[in-house]
Amino acid sequence: MSETISRGDQLKAFLDQVPIVQTLGMHCDIKGDDMVGVLPFQNKLIGNFTIKALHGGAMGTFLEMTAMAQLFLVSDAPRPARTINITVDYLRQGKAQDLYARATVIKLGRRMASVRAEAWQSERDKPVAALLGHFLVG
Amino acid sequence: MSDPINDLDARIAFMRANMENMMKVTPWANEMGFKVTRIEKGHVWGVQPFDEKLIGDPETRVIHGGVITTLLDNLCGSSCGAALKEFRFVATLDLRIDYMRPAESGRDILAEAECYHITKSVAFCRAWAYHETRDKVIATAQGAFAINQPRTNLKPGSQL
Repeated sequence: MSETISRGDQLKAFLDQVPIVQTLGMHCDIKGDDMVGVLPFQNKLIGNFTIKALHGGAMGTFLEMTAMAQLFLVSDAPRPARTINITVDYLRQGKAQDLYARATVIKLGRRMASVRAEAWQSERDKPVAALLGHFLVG
Repeated sequence: MSDPINDLDARIAFMRANMENMMKVTPWANEMGFKVTRIEKGHVWGVQPFDEKLIGDPETRVIHGGVITTLLDNLCGSSCGAALKEFRFVATLDLRIDYMRPAESGRDILAEAECYHITKSVAFCRAWAYHETRDKVIATAQGAFAINQPRTNLKPGSQL
């Protein structure tokens, strides 16, 4: 691994190559070892037309990807981690608006990592969904 | 005359008749491209065809776990529709997914979901994703779904 390329640039290069990231239309706003996942609203992300709510699966995918990205940013593993399991809590209805997410690495061990992620829309204090995931880093 | 809103058997018949279109009215499910293939009381089956745009790891070319989240979440919701005595919309409260083994690149993913317990306000579901049979699962899911207040605007093709 080249030492001149920052972890953030490595992450960006990786995300650019991941088809599901393009399909979702998400990107990561990277600031050093911190980042915010951004999922701009698109009609295709809707799960229920009658109430124009975001699909739980789209939010879950976005949260899992954000957790993986944050984990990559703070670890020195050559490859992104593999998911062992995730639990997603759906706290509020996801509205037809942009969705943001921030993830925190709770524990980074030699083999496993535990990551928490939270998604919100217009108000940071009113999370829409939260994820707790375990990942294999080794 | 029994109607799909209040009569479960009539609703299952309605769901079977609209199976092809069930996911077309759910944009994100439609984007993923999965289909419902079989419906029994409280139990639904589906298939997620392999698609390049769903890849989560460019090196192994395996479908992203989030696609399985979408598939199992959606099938769980549909299994509630095939289990509730009176029709109600359901909303996911929580969903846990365990990944047992990676999916194989280039292969379709089969899945099934079962609504195994219902209380006044919550439905409990579990689901499985695999390539061939449930004996060799890719992922399992367990979820709780909130049962919403009655709605009556049931139209052909609407998601049950």
